[in-house]
Parts: sequence; structure tokens; C-alpha cells
Amino acid sequence: MLLVLLLLPMCWAVEVKRPRGVSLTNHHFYDESKPFTCLDGSASVPFDQVNDDYCDCKDGSDEPGTAACPNGSFHCTNTGYKPLYISSRWVNDGVCDCCDGTDEYNSGIVCENTCKEKGRKERETLQQMAEVTREGFRLKKILIEDWKRAREEKQKKLTELQAGKKSLEDQVELLRTLKEEAEKPEKEAKDQHRKLWEEQLAASKAQREQELATSAFQELDDDMDGAVSVAELQTHPELDTDGDGALSEGEAQTLLGGDTQTDAASFSDRIWAAIRDKYRSEVLPTDLPSPSAPALTEPKEEQPLGPSQPAEEEDEEEEETEEEEGGEEGEDEDSQETPPPVVPPQTVSPTEEDKMPPYDEQTQAFINAAQEARNKFEEAERSLKDVEESIRNLEQEISFDFGPNGEFAYLYSQCYELTTNEYVYRLCPFKLVSQKPKLGGSPTSLGTWGSWAGPDHDKFSAMKYEQGTGCWQGPNRSTTVRLLCGKETVVTSTTEPSRCEYLMELMTPAACPEPPPEPPASGNRDEL
Amino acid sequence: MDAAEKISVEDEAVDKKIFKDCSKIAFYRRQKQRLSKKSTYRALLDSVTEGKESTRFQIINEAAKVPLLAEVYGIEGNIFRLKINEEAPLKPRYEVPDVLTSKPSTVRLISCSGDTGSLVLANGKGDLKCHITANPFKIDLVSEEEVVMSINSLGQLYFEQLQIPPKQSRATKENEEDTSDDTTQENQEELGLWEEKFRNFVDVKDNGPASIGLDFSLHGFEHVYGIPQHAESHQLKNTSDGDAYRLYNLDVYGYKIHDKMGIYGSVPYLLAHKLGRTLGIFWLNASETLVEINTEPAVKYALTQMGPVAAKEKGRSQTDVHWMSESGIIDVFLLTGPTPSDVFKQYSYLTGTQAMPPLFSLGYHQCRWNYKDEHDVKAVDAGFDEHDIPYDVMWLDIEHTEGKRYFTWDKKRFPNPKRMQELLRSKKRKLVVISDPHIKIDPDYLVYAKAKEQGFFVRNHEGGDFEGVCWPGLSSYLDFTSPKVREWYSSLFAFSVYQGSTDILYIWNDMNEPSVFRGPELTMQKNAIHHGNWEHRELHNIYGFYQQMATAEGLIQRSKGKERPFVLTRSFFAGSQKYGAVWTGDNTAEWSYLKISIPMLLTLSVTGISFCGADVGGFIGNPEAELLVRWYQAGAYQPFFRGHATKNTKRREPWLFGEEHTRLIQEAIRERYALLPYWYSLFYSAHVASQPVMRPLWVEFPDELETFSVEDEYMLGSALLVHPVTEPKATVVDVFLPGSSEVWYDSKTFAHWEGACTVKIPVALDTIPVFQRGGSVVPIKTTIGRSTGCMTDSPYGLWVALSTKGSAVGEFYLDDGHSFQYLHQKQFLHRKFSFTSGVLINSCADKRGHYPSKCVVEQILVLGLKKHPSSVTSHSPGLNHPVDPGYSGPGVVSS
Repeated sequence: MLLVLLLLPMCWAVEVKRPRGVSLTNHHFYDESKPFTCLDGSASVPFDQVNDDYCDCKDGSDEPGTAACPNGSFHCTNTGYKPLYISSRWVNDGVCDCCDGTDEYNSGIVCENTCKEKGRKERETLQQMAEVTREGFRLKKILIEDWKRAREEKQKKLTELQAGKKSLEDQVELLRTLKEEAEKPEKEAKDQHRKLWEEQLAASKAQREQELATSAFQELDDDMDGAVSVAELQTHPELDTDGDGALSEGEAQTLLGGDTQTDAASFSDRIWAAIRDKYRSEVLPTDLPSPSAPALTEPKEEQPLGPSQPAEEEDEEEEETEEEEGGEEGEDEDSQETPPPVVPPQTVSPTEEDKMPPYDEQTQAFINAAQEARNKFEEAERSLKDVEESIRNLEQEISFDFGPNGEFAYLYSQCYELTTNEYVYRLCPFKLVSQKPKLGGSPTSLGTWGSWAGPDHDKFSAMKYEQGTGCWQGPNRSTTVRLLCGKETVVTSTTEPSRCEYLMELMTPAACPEPPPEPPASGNRDEL
Repeated sequence: MDAAEKISVEDEAVDKKIFKDCSKIAFYRRQKQRLSKKSTYRALLDSVTEGKESTRFQIINEAAKVPLLAEVYGIEGNIFRLKINEEAPLKPRYEVPDVLTSKPSTVRLISCSGDTGSLVLANGKGDLKCHITANPFKIDLVSEEEVVMSINSLGQLYFEQLQIPPKQSRATKENEEDTSDDTTQENQEELGLWEEKFRNFVDVKDNGPASIGLDFSLHGFEHVYGIPQHAESHQLKNTSDGDAYRLYNLDVYGYKIHDKMGIYGSVPYLLAHKLGRTLGIFWLNASETLVEINTEPAVKYALTQMGPVAAKEKGRSQTDVHWMSESGIIDVFLLTGPTPSDVFKQYSYLTGTQAMPPLFSLGYHQCRWNYKDEHDVKAVDAGFDEHDIPYDVMWLDIEHTEGKRYFTWDKKRFPNPKRMQELLRSKKRKLVVISDPHIKIDPDYLVYAKAKEQGFFVRNHEGGDFEGVCWPGLSSYLDFTSPKVREWYSSLFAFSVYQGSTDILYIWNDMNEPSVFRGPELTMQKNAIHHGNWEHRELHNIYGFYQQMATAEGLIQRSKGKERPFVLTRSFFAGSQKYGAVWTGDNTAEWSYLKISIPMLLTLSVTGISFCGADVGGFIGNPEAELLVRWYQAGAYQPFFRGHATKNTKRREPWLFGEEHTRLIQEAIRERYALLPYWYSLFYSAHVASQPVMRPLWVEFPDELETFSVEDEYMLGSALLVHPVTEPKATVVDVFLPGSSEVWYDSKTFAHWEGACTVKIPVALDTIPVFQRGGSVVPIKTTIGRSTGCMTDSPYGLWVALSTKGSAVGEFYLDDGHSFQYLHQKQFLHRKFSFTSGVLINSCADKRGHYPSKCVVEQILVLGLKKHPSSVTSHSPGLNHPVDPGYSGPGVVSS
């Protein structure tokens, strides 16, 4: 708009006599020798009714210089500045609207003629703007060239990557097969090993139970007659079953399976299992703290990558988890039964007992081979993912709408900040806008990239960022970024015209329009 | 801004649990319980004494033991006043000061009865009588031999005499035979005599129970109005048990509509109307008040099992009105009419008329919470010019201050308030800023420090300064009930004291119920202490009234008594009309709130408050474009016309809804500005003749029963009928045009209808259904400027709408629009127009007034001429334009 004004022809050096409020371009419609015809042709009135402060024409054209018509226009010449049309209702209303003061000729107030001063300022501004635009546009052309090149390079890279991707995929498939083949013998050997170990465990557990039963029997058999009687059982009130704190004869008899006594064999076969949980040994103090649960550990496989492996290695993880869970279940069963009624004579330390013996050499060899195959496969798969990611990124960037000539592309991977009294605002074009309190605190999202949001004829003059952090009792925050022509790329202001709807201004050479050709050096520069 | 979200009260939709219903009000429960026991009062007519001003006698009932003193006054202009108080209370009971404009002149009542069982007091002419019956005590108001009203005919007179607190009374108990059977703990709580609990709050009452009540039966009346402020219909509804109209000033954000709960202001004044008579009951009491209404229609159809055939007539209709107040005395004025206009005059004789507003305040006001900074103000101001929309006043809400310290400016956002005001002044516009009654507790804040030092704050029950939370955080509240505090507060508005203020700055008093965020019902504890050691409960409803009074006085004083003030207040009481304007508080951007704005404003209008309005667009929420347009159209025809929006709404300046909607809003605002001469003349009539600006139809058509319940349309003055569109996507509205001998003209199309009919008016989005009544002349401006100040010299037009008899009359008032010179120097013009037999005469309506004006009447529109005039002549010096009788349909445009 401003630039267009610069180009206005400077053609009215001579004052032409015309009715008040009529522009030069319209003056020929106002010929005092003829009746005046309203500009819309709706009526014709004697010429002395022009500007007689009474509205005759529907379009207000008979009263350009008075406030008589509600819809008339008053033209100020504003010599030295820009001519202007104002609503004729503002004529003589006591407010100076024209810089030449011609709109207030009969309201009692005196308007200073400020056109010269305004013109001077305006010219300065326009010159500055023109200078900025010229420089900005020069930079813009460079940006366009840069992007053209960068885009070509990226396109080339993309083609390369796409080609490389195919062979990488083949390789991944091959390595997958190799891995699966190596895992078969590994699994068999490991299963065999585990099975053996579990059988051993079961046997030793049974033996332990037998020993416990025998020792309990001996303790109970006070009269050493080789049988435990009801009375003998009653010396252990903790075996009470009805919760009254004492073991009655009936209860004891029930515990003994209805008999009055039992011998060692049937005690261990039938009765021990029923009472072992409650039974307290007479030998040891009853309030002995329960021994801490033994840590069930498995022999560590050799793991070249160490414990902190990337999460992608799912196969490995799953396998490990399964094994761990198995171990834990056993442990849980034990620990649930607290307090342990009898602490058996501790012949073997539980840790040693429960620890799976190391794999034999053959099994370990299988494991190592399988692990190597896994590693190779995973490495290849990672490379493939990396390539796919790069392809996606490149495709996105290349196809992104960076403006008519890609002039905005250079903003793609940048971020710009503006610090105000309270906040630091951060704009990462095509990605997001955020706001962070200056005195610390976490950032609030003011929106992520939505779309170009300028008016239809000038789509690239604004960007819209949407779906930011929700406002309390309000909408999600959003930001409109207005793009202004400037030599540098800088965020110049951030405001919040409506609550949670932000407006940011970004100066960038990419927004500079093509400047008009340099005006000829000569000519009257007074008029704008 | 996130920071502001810390205060949460503002955004809570109304939570009714915060506020009491009747069942939570102890004095209501007590009166209900005691009245069910029926202990009637009798008058001791042998005790009658006739004082200089009043006739006094004692009344007594079984429970009271000690008699009460009743006084009946005759007051100038056909008003009776009845006062009932304890003869010798333990300590004085509160009598509301400062509401009556001056001591009303009494007229001697003639006692004319020899009967010991009754006493008749008559006015001088003898056409109005108070007939007092001794046992049971009853007063009948008799007008020309017709009993129009009875007092205490239902025996609901209730008066709790002050007692010695229970701890002390135990010592003296021996002499008393306390028959009270309410001694159990539970009962104590239920009765709330000395202590009343609500939610987490305990109201400790040092004075104990002091509640009062009285009933009034209005004979032959089925239509009662008044007692604002409620978001309710204009015609008062019957109250069911526990659902009385409550008068208790409260800050109710997003109040519910069609509810009788108390909101921001209270006018304890009720009007009753029937064919041939209008009455008023003004219950002068500033404590919490409840009003029960029960109307029994004249004819009651009883549905029987045989079908609706068995109809029985009950005789005359009747409306019973039962007033109950927590404290104070019974002081009630009976306004006997007989016409609506008479009642308006009687009421304003007591409480004053509408202040004459400065002309600018009748223009459009642009407000928002908040216009952020000077740049924002400049941009919005420029927006109006850019879109050629007239407006007069820019408003700044609380954020313009330094941390909600009123009388200060936020230095970052408003570094140069004077420059900003100069910008507005250059366009002849004004600025209004907010000033609330809570003062931030901050020893470095001069207003706080000065008030603290002088003991100008309301005190708490324990004797320290009352402290409560409001916008600035912990605050104390200025005690505006003290004349000294008011005087000091007024002085703060002096230009030399209020830094950054200029003579185009005016004031808005908000939150003055008072609003206290963590107080009971979001207000002040009832046992806070005011000037004169009065408890807050005695005067709660008048607190806001006093702030506006002091503010208006401050604005007058800063101009050395020359300029008229403009003060908008949210809280108000009877008489607030003397100090400025009132609005309906925090409404919501919904169609139902647009619709209810009409009855709410009509109710304010008939209770003296002509200068009233509702926030255009709805304060809370985001109006769709159609609703906003309709609201502007409605607001343009309501007295106080301001767009306002709360802070978490989208911006909604008139040009933000697309070109078409901008044009529609511009058009609506321009219609307002075109009619400003009429508005101003109507306000003058309110100011000097007590007639409301916005009038319910029954006021203009008191003899037409069909008008008594109408509240979707109203009259502006006596000439224009307005029926705003308040429904979405409306294509047609049913407009009732009253008056069988009337003729009505559509103000745009000039189509005309005979009265006493309902017409279907097709409406488009640009239609504002406005009709001019035949027989009226409406003065207008033919050219619309950017503000009222810019239109001072623009020409006038006259809309002459002829009656069925071919005549019309109208008035026009003009003065300088801002000063008191109209009053002191009689610098005004008051003209009268009358059109008869084809001649329009412009004559002087008030010879005392003189005011030079450059203005001309450039257009006269005559509606209803039977045939085209062959010629138009003018007998006016200085008319130099050939007269053009441009004939258009039934109207004539002439110059």
C-alpha cells in the first residue's frame, strides 16, 4: 500500500477552482454553469444547491463540503501529504481530521496545517521502508537461491537413501534368519539345563520337608513311645484351629485325622503338612525374625552390551523377563508362608542351594553364538530405521510449503526468542510457539504449527499455531504470527489481544515484497 | 494472563450453595414459626395523642407485654407514613438516614371518629382516610370511600423488641415470667437469636433478635411490580413457601435468571396497579429484607369432578404483600396515586428524581475487562473512527491501576494517562475508570495509609479494621456511611489529588455490595461495625448507595460545583437515582439474558432508577455474531448503553464479526445517536417531572388490562414503542400495539396500524421493531457524528406522527449538555411542538429558560397526512431554503 503511494503521479501542481470537498479528479462533475446531477444520477438540482448544507442527493454528492448528507465524502487535498477522503459527517465537528485543516472551516476551532511535517515524516518512513525492502528483497533472493540448492541436495540425498534402503532391508531379513537359526539350539540347551536344575531343587526340597517332619515328630513325642498322642499334640496351643487360643482335645484329634495317636510315618505323610505352618519348634525362640528371602539368581549370561541395553532389543528382554518371573514366583510362594514355622538345621546356605548352576560349556557356546547373531540383526535393523527416519524427514522438508519460492525454508530448523517484562517467548517456525516465565518455571505451549493463515490474496503473510496448552476455563492457546518485511530475522512483539490468543510479529527478509524500480532522481518530491 | 487466574471467584458460575435461601435465614424461620401461633396486636386507642406532625398511639399483643408506638403521618402529595417502633428500646434502633431528600412536609390529618374501637384520620380534602381498627389492630386506607389497602389485616405484624443478652438476663430473670418455650439448644440454633450459622460462618449478634414484619392487602389488585433487583419478570410472581423475593445486596457472578435471590442492589419499593388506581408501598429499611407476594385473582375456577362447569366467584381480587426485615424499625410510606404518574411523583418527592445525566453518558460506552494499555485504548478508539461508528466513552477496568490500588495507574501499561485522555478529548470523547470500595492493605499506598490513620475503615466485631479479600488481595473497606469518610473520599477526586486525572475522566463504582471474596455469601460479616457503632446488618443494603453518593459529590467538587457528574454503580438502594446510573451486573452472553434485560430494566425504571442498562453482549462468555447484533439493537433503545465483556472472553469490538455484522452494529448505534435529542428530553422529564424514561406499557396505558403483564416490549417516553428481537433466527415478531383509539407507525417503513391489536412484523437481521405512536413529535438529529460532542451543532429533525384526529404534540429540551447552568442560570431551552389542522407550532414550554443554539431544524417528517399537501409554508425568520414537500407514501418529508 505504502509503496503504491510512492508511485502516485505528481500531477496537480496548479490549484483548480472547485467546490469545497471535491477532489481534483471529480471537479469536472461540478460545473457551475449547469445544474448539478448527482453522481449516482438519481437527481438533478440547480448548482446553487451544491454545498448549501442541505442534502439533495441520495449518494450525498451535492454536499461534499458540508455535513448535511449522512453518506457524503469530503476530500482534503492535504498539500505536502497524502490527499484523503473523510466522511462528510466529520466536517466542522470540532475535530481536525485533515492535516491541512480544511475540514474545520466553520466550527470555531483552528486546525494547524500539519501536512508538511507529516509529509516529511512519512517520506522518511517510506524511505526507510524502501531501503529495508530493497535490502530485504536482496536477502530474500539469496534465501530463495539457497533453498533451491539445499532442496536439490536434499533431493539427491533422498534418492541415495531410498536406493540404500532396499539393500539394507535385504540384509536385515538375512540377519533375521541367521538369528532365528542360532536361537534354536540355544533354547534347547537352556531348557535342558533348567529342567535338570529344577528336578534337583524339587528333590532337595522334599528331603528338607522330611527332615522337618522327623524332627517335629521327635519333639512332639514327649514320651518317646514312637507315636504322637492327642495329649502330646495339645502341648502346642499355637496349633489351635478355632481361634480360641487353646488346642482342645477334639481339635487335636481332628488334626490327627480322627485317631488318638500317630506314628512317625503317617505323621510325616499326612499330618505334618496340615500343621507345619503354625507349628513352633520348642528348640528355637519362637519370635525369630524370618530369614530374608534368598535372592534367586541365575547364572549371568555373558552380555557384551551390559545391562543398559536399548529398549528395541525386545527378544532379549522378553526372554530375560520370562526367566526372572519364573524365579520370582518360586520365591513368592516361599515368602508368603511367614513366619516360617521351623527353621531347619541349616546345612546348606539357601543362596547356594537355589542358585542355578552355571551353564555347561556346550550350552554357553550356543548362547554366545545366538547372542552374536542377535546383535548383528539388531544393528542392521537400527540402521534401517535411521535411514527410514532420514527419508521421512527429507520428504517432509522437501514437500513443505515454504512460500511461493521457498523463501521461508531457512526458518525451518531455527528458533527465535523475545523477552518481555514477564516472559520469554520462543518461536520455532513451522514447529511451535512457547512462553516461559522469565523468573523460571516450565514453558507453556502457545501452539504447534497449524497452517499459513494470511488472507486469500496474501496467504504467506501470517502463520497459525494451534492446540497449545489449554486455558483455565478457556480455549487452547493459539498464536498467529504475522510476518513483516525486515532485514533481519527477529521477533519484534508478542501480544495477547484476546485471552489465550496470541499475536506475534516476526521480521524476516522472506516477507519483503519486490521493491518498485528506483524512482527517477528528478521531479517534485513534495507530493506523496 | 496466567497471573490473574489465581483469583477464582470471578469465574465460578453461580453456585447457589454460596447463597442463602429462605430456609437458611433465621429471622424468616422465626417469623414463620411465631406467626403460625397467631398472637394478634391491638391498638390502644385511648392512648392517641396528636403531635404537630403525627398521630401516635400504642399497640400491644399478648407476647409483647411492652407496647409499641405507632405513628401515622400525612405527607404532602397524598402520601401516608406509618412508623412502628419500640417506645423505649434498650438502645436506639436503626432508622435509615440520607435516603429521603429532605424531611418530607407533613400535612395535618384530621381525626374524625368518636368510636373507641376505631379511629379515622383524614387528609384535608377528606378524600383520603386511614381507618384504624383497634382490635385486632388494622389500618384500612380508604380513597373516596373505597378501601384500597389494608395493613395487618392478616395479622402478620411482627416486632422483636430488643432484649438483654441471655447471660445478663439470667441474673434478672426472677422478675420476668419468661413464657418462652424455646430454650433447648436445638431450638436456639433453629431460631438463631444470638448466633446464626451458615456454612463455615457464625454470625454473633450482640443485639440479639430484632426482626420486624408487616402485611399489606391490596384490594382489587392483581398486578404488582418493583422491589428490584432480581433477575425476574417485571410483574412480580406469587411466592411459594420458602421462596420469597430477597433484598440483600450480593455479588452474584453469572446470576441465575428467573430467580428471586437477592443480587447487586435493593429498592424496597413496590407498586401495585389496577384499572383506575396505582399505589406504592415504600418500606424504608436497609437491612436484609424478604417480600412475600400472594395474588388471589378475582374469579377462581374450581375444577370439580363433574368438569370445569362449576365455577365460583370469589368476589374481589386481592394481592397480599408481606414484608420482613432483619432489623431496624417499621417505617413505611403509602403512595396513594391514583395514576402511575402520580405515584412516580410521590416516590421521587421522597427519594429524589433521576440526576440529569451529562449528554455524553447517553451515547455509547465501550468497555472491556480490560483494555490493556494506552496503545490498546488508542487502537480501539481508532477502530471506531475507522469503521465510522459513533461512541462517547472509553472504559478502563481494574487492571489500569497499580495492583488494584484505585486512584493509581499501572506505570508500565498506562505511563501517560493524561496524554491518553488528550487523545480522547481531541475527539470529544470521555474516559471512565473504576474505583471500588475495598482498599488494598499496604502501608505504602497513600489512600490506605490516610484512611487507616483516620480510622475511616469499617471495623470488625472485635474492634479492629475489617479485613477481607477482594481484587487486590487483603483489603479494608471504606466506611461510606460516615459523612466524614464520604467527604474525604470525595476530596480524592480533586484533580490535584488524583494524579493523572483530567476533567474528561469519570467514575465507575463496582463491587460495592460490598463484595468480600471469602465472606459469608461473598459479602461482609453482618456484625462488622460502622460509623455510629451501627452493625453492618442494619445498613447492608445502603452501603453501595453511599459510595456512589460520595463519588458523585467528589466529581461535582472537583469542578467547583460547575459540572454534572457521571457515576455508574453496581450496588444501589432507594434514591440511588440522584447520583447516576446503575447496570445489571455480571450477565451472561445468552439469549435468555438479553430477553430478561427488558423486565429487569423496566423494574428499575418504575422504582425511580431511569438511568439503567445491561452489559451489551453479555459480560460472561462469547456471544455469537447474531446475538451480539441483537443485543446492540436492544441496547441502543435502553437508557444506559455500554458494551462490556469479562477478561477471558474473545475480543468483541463491533468490527470483529465481519463486514455485514459491523454494518448492523454501526446502524444500531447510529439509531441511538439519531434519537439523542429525544433521549435527552426524556431524561429531563425524568429529572424534573419524575417520569421514567423506559416505561412498561401499563404506565402509558393504565386503563388497558392487556398491557399489565407485557414485558417483551415497552415505551420510550410516551412516543416510541420498542419490541427488541430477543430470539435467535427470528423472522417474525408478534408486536402488541395497545390502545383502541391509537394509531402506530413503523419508524422505518412508516406503515401504520390501528391500536389494540397484535401484528406480525417480519424481521431481518437489520430490523429493530420500533413504532411511533400517533399524536407524538420526536426530535432527532439528522446527522450522526463520531461522538455526542461532535454533534452539538448538527441539525435537528422532527418526526411528527399524527393521531387519528390528525394532531400531534411533543417536547424538546436542550442545554449545554454538561454543566449545572441549566439549573443555576436557567440556561436551557424547553420547547413544545404541536401539530393541529395542518399547522406545526413550535412554542416555548418553559419561559424561564434561555439558551442560544446555532442549531436548525432541517427536516420535518409528517406521518399520517391524509393527502398530499399542495404547498408548505414557513413562518420562521431566517429560513432561506425553498421548501420541498417530498411526498413519500403516508409520510411527508419537509424541510
